[in-house]
Amino acid sequence: MADLLIELVSEEIPARMQAGASRDLARLVEVALTTLGVWTKSSNVTGMCASRHLLAYANDISVFQPDRIIEKRGPRADAPDTAVNGFLNSAGIDRSALIEEDTPKGRFFFARSEIKGREVVPLLVPAITELLNHFPWPKSQRWGRGKFRWVRPLHRINLLFDGKPMSGKLDLGGGADIQFGATSCGHYFEAPDDIDLSGITSLDDVKMRFRNAFVMIDPEERHITALSGAQALADSKLCKVNEAHHGSYLTDIEGLIEWPTPLMGQIEKRFMALPPELLQSTIVTHQKYITLSEADGSFSRYFIVLSNRLPDAARDEVIIAGNQRVLRARLADAEFFWQLDQARSLESYLSSLLEVTFYKGLGTLHDKALRMEALAIEIAPYVASVDPKTAARAARLAKADLVTGLVGEFPELQGIIGGYYAVASGEEQIVSDAITTHYCPQGPADDLPATATAMVVSLADKIDTLVGFFGIGAKPTGSKDPFALRRAALGVIRIIVDGQVTLPLATVLQTAAKGYGFAVVEADLLPFIRDRLRGYLRDQQMRHDVVAAALADVDGDDVCLMAARAAALAMFLGASDGDGLMACWRRVSSILSAEEKKAKTVIAASFDPALFNETEQVLFARLSAMADNQASIDIQLGELGALRSPIDVFFEKIVVNDDDPEIRLNRLGLLATVREKMLAVADFSKIEG
Amino acid sequence: MLAAQSDEIRTDFQSIILNLQYYWSLQGAVILQPYDMEVGAGTFHPATTLRALGPDDVWRAAYVQPSRRPSDGRYGENPNRLQHYYQFQVIFKPSPADSQALYLGSLKAIGLDPESHDIRFVEDDWESPTLGAWGLGWEVWCDGMEVSQFTYFQQVGGIECDPVPLELTYGLERLAMYIQGVENVYDLDWDGVPTSQGGKTYGDIFKRAEVEFSGWNFEQADTKILFGHFRDAEAECSRLLSLDVPLALPAYDQCMKASHLFNMLDARGVISVTERAAFIGRVRTLAKGCCEAWIGITETRTNG
Repeated sequence: MADLLIELVSEEIPARMQAGASRDLARLVEVALTTLGVWTKSSNVTGMCASRHLLAYANDISVFQPDRIIEKRGPRADAPDTAVNGFLNSAGIDRSALIEEDTPKGRFFFARSEIKGREVVPLLVPAITELLNHFPWPKSQRWGRGKFRWVRPLHRINLLFDGKPMSGKLDLGGGADIQFGATSCGHYFEAPDDIDLSGITSLDDVKMRFRNAFVMIDPEERHITALSGAQALADSKLCKVNEAHHGSYLTDIEGLIEWPTPLMGQIEKRFMALPPELLQSTIVTHQKYITLSEADGSFSRYFIVLSNRLPDAARDEVIIAGNQRVLRARLADAEFFWQLDQARSLESYLSSLLEVTFYKGLGTLHDKALRMEALAIEIAPYVASVDPKTAARAARLAKADLVTGLVGEFPELQGIIGGYYAVASGEEQIVSDAITTHYCPQGPADDLPATATAMVVSLADKIDTLVGFFGIGAKPTGSKDPFALRRAALGVIRIIVDGQVTLPLATVLQTAAKGYGFAVVEADLLPFIRDRLRGYLRDQQMRHDVVAAALADVDGDDVCLMAARAAALAMFLGASDGDGLMACWRRVSSILSAEEKKAKTVIAASFDPALFNETEQVLFARLSAMADNQASIDIQLGELGALRSPIDVFFEKIVVNDDDPEIRLNRLGLLATVREKMLAVADFSKIEG
Repeated sequence: MLAAQSDEIRTDFQSIILNLQYYWSLQGAVILQPYDMEVGAGTFHPATTLRALGPDDVWRAAYVQPSRRPSDGRYGENPNRLQHYYQFQVIFKPSPADSQALYLGSLKAIGLDPESHDIRFVEDDWESPTLGAWGLGWEVWCDGMEVSQFTYFQQVGGIECDPVPLELTYGLERLAMYIQGVENVYDLDWDGVPTSQGGKTYGDIFKRAEVEFSGWNFEQADTKILFGHFRDAEAECSRLLSLDVPLALPAYDQCMKASHLFNMLDARGVISVTERAAFIGRVRTLAKGCCEAWIGITETRTNG
């Protein structure tokens, strides 16, 4: 057993690609080693990335490929000697080693030879070269005279097996190549000397050698160091790191840095009057700093810069001053627009929306605002405690901030800025709140709109977008979804399901289509939304067959009901009654389909109660007493479950295939009725197992 | 005394330019002068756009280029925004193996010693829709401030670059403001001579131009004339490209003209969002034609 290290030194890898690259390299190394046959049960591979380094370390790799037995079929056992000798020659064996065996085609000669597994070392270089030539970077480039593509210029390739460097080279094209080696480089400024990787014994050893050259190669270590350092500085001001606010930005920040040294800066007091979201956006998104909260939860004046240098009092002062200076300029710009924008009312921006195209063929943003207003009036009555007039007002103003100077500079604050400007323009708080969060939810994990009115505006916005783009044939195809329509549909579903909104979706879609002047709703839209619902339910860990059974009704447009039905069915099938119900279904449906196959006709759900005997009467009585399909799904499922015992008794005591054809058909008709009742609740034929 | 020869690095605006020129001349660059036309960015200079493609196998050049961004004018009132500013442009083809080290050396040459700062390379892919060009690279941050664009060109005029050039763009005003510790661009020391002795600031030289050109760009420019000029430049460019022996360089002048006229029309607010893409497409068609003519790709033409 041996370990393998591959380490690549390049110019700075974009932070957002580093985690993916680590995973890809580890996966590809595993694939390559598996293909070579040297990946063992105890093998393990880890990928890591820092801004200029990408590596994978694999443990417990077999040094030899496994032995293989190769069997070659020769001529028939009764073939003439010339043929047999020819085979012996080609296989390179003696007659004594020949084996005779029976096959379905007769008795044949076979030559069997055992091939000793080769040492893997010479095979690794071509395998790794192949891997590098096909590495799946999201975006890659050429450089110099080369043809080879990498995320940024690649400078070194270090390949070590069992701590020993392997020689080889990667042809870059254009007459250039990279010779494999065992020397990496440390921090650009703090450790200009090479790092010798030869003789490494473990991943920890690799990490230590990099650490000695001021590179934290392990992203987890960078994260912990950065965060604990930041928190220690924050403690000195009785503040807390706003960890939750940073999300993936923190990874992006840490991806820029090989050796994080947290430094504390201050926001100028006058800028603290700006909305915290604006401060957060400027500081985190644009400047990549870490923000803090005061003890009372408010946005702190202090922020943390992660410097990529070792601590040095004089230099740190320069770095902090420089960063504060940039932040000041950015915030001054934001402040300028914040004040300028509010010289006008939010409503006055509506007229500017006339000049902004929503999308070619879908009118202006002004048109969209008016369509949303109309839709909000229609949707409002279905959402508890929403005043249609208020919702309409919010919908009308929801897009107005898109033409303000501040949103022009900070597009990620759309909605939020509109909410602030609404209050400043004297709109009701409820209108402001609805504008603020009407873009939510932006993804499966994002929050729902914060208020009921915001939900109405959000639904109006998303439904308008869906109907519009489907109407002009711009629906998503494959992996392409340039208008984020899948996200919009998921948003509609989440608001309806999580917000318990019983919306007549087909009708609302029709109104939306009318708003565009379309005669009808594009036929694929409702199936598209139902398809997203399927995905949504599966993401809730619901079994795919249960989802399929619950959503079998192809005309259904009540998303809430469909989701409730799926949840109830999943719950019911998971409980003890579920098995009984499925047993009923299988007995009933299998006998019916067997008969239908024989008769080549569908057995109608009709019968004559006069022909029933006592046992059939019991089942019939239970069926007649069942609630209609207006009842809740739980009640319906409960009643179906209760059919189990009369059905068991039915099959126990009765032979369906009675000699009298009339009685036989009557019994099948009764069972067909049971099947019909069950199918009205869910398509049980879709349930597996 | 020449800036480049003094022991202490001078940080007035003109010395920064002189030092960059001197540094890059030592690296083997041809030091050129600004192109004598209005362009939106230093990349437009034929020494970058066209030479990135051919005919030289090796091309190294550096120059200052005034950049005109009519929409960025603020009547001289914004401390950071100008409708006319300077870029220092470096193009090295093929990109050197030690591109980053060469670049960091240039920062040291103008008084920003990387040893005393926190320098980062932050992902920033570059694209010029009007030139049909793109590349990968970074914006370079010094203590949180963007001081340069660093790009490995991949395509220009829709044509693959082979070899690949390295392009560096320094925003000189911003860089100088940081080095001089000045908060307002108009306060920049231009010449290192004390005001009492007749020394000039950036404002002394350019403030009036910013005020007047903002007025022209936003209010006065006659849009009818501008539209006419745009059409003329486009027609002339196309005509020069369709000659039996196309005149690539004069055609490219007309392309640059068209691009600037489009920027002017944009500043006057007479190009709608939908038209915008079409105008950019028209300029791109010209740029691609010029690039193709420059490297000798000519379409087969039927003889009349």
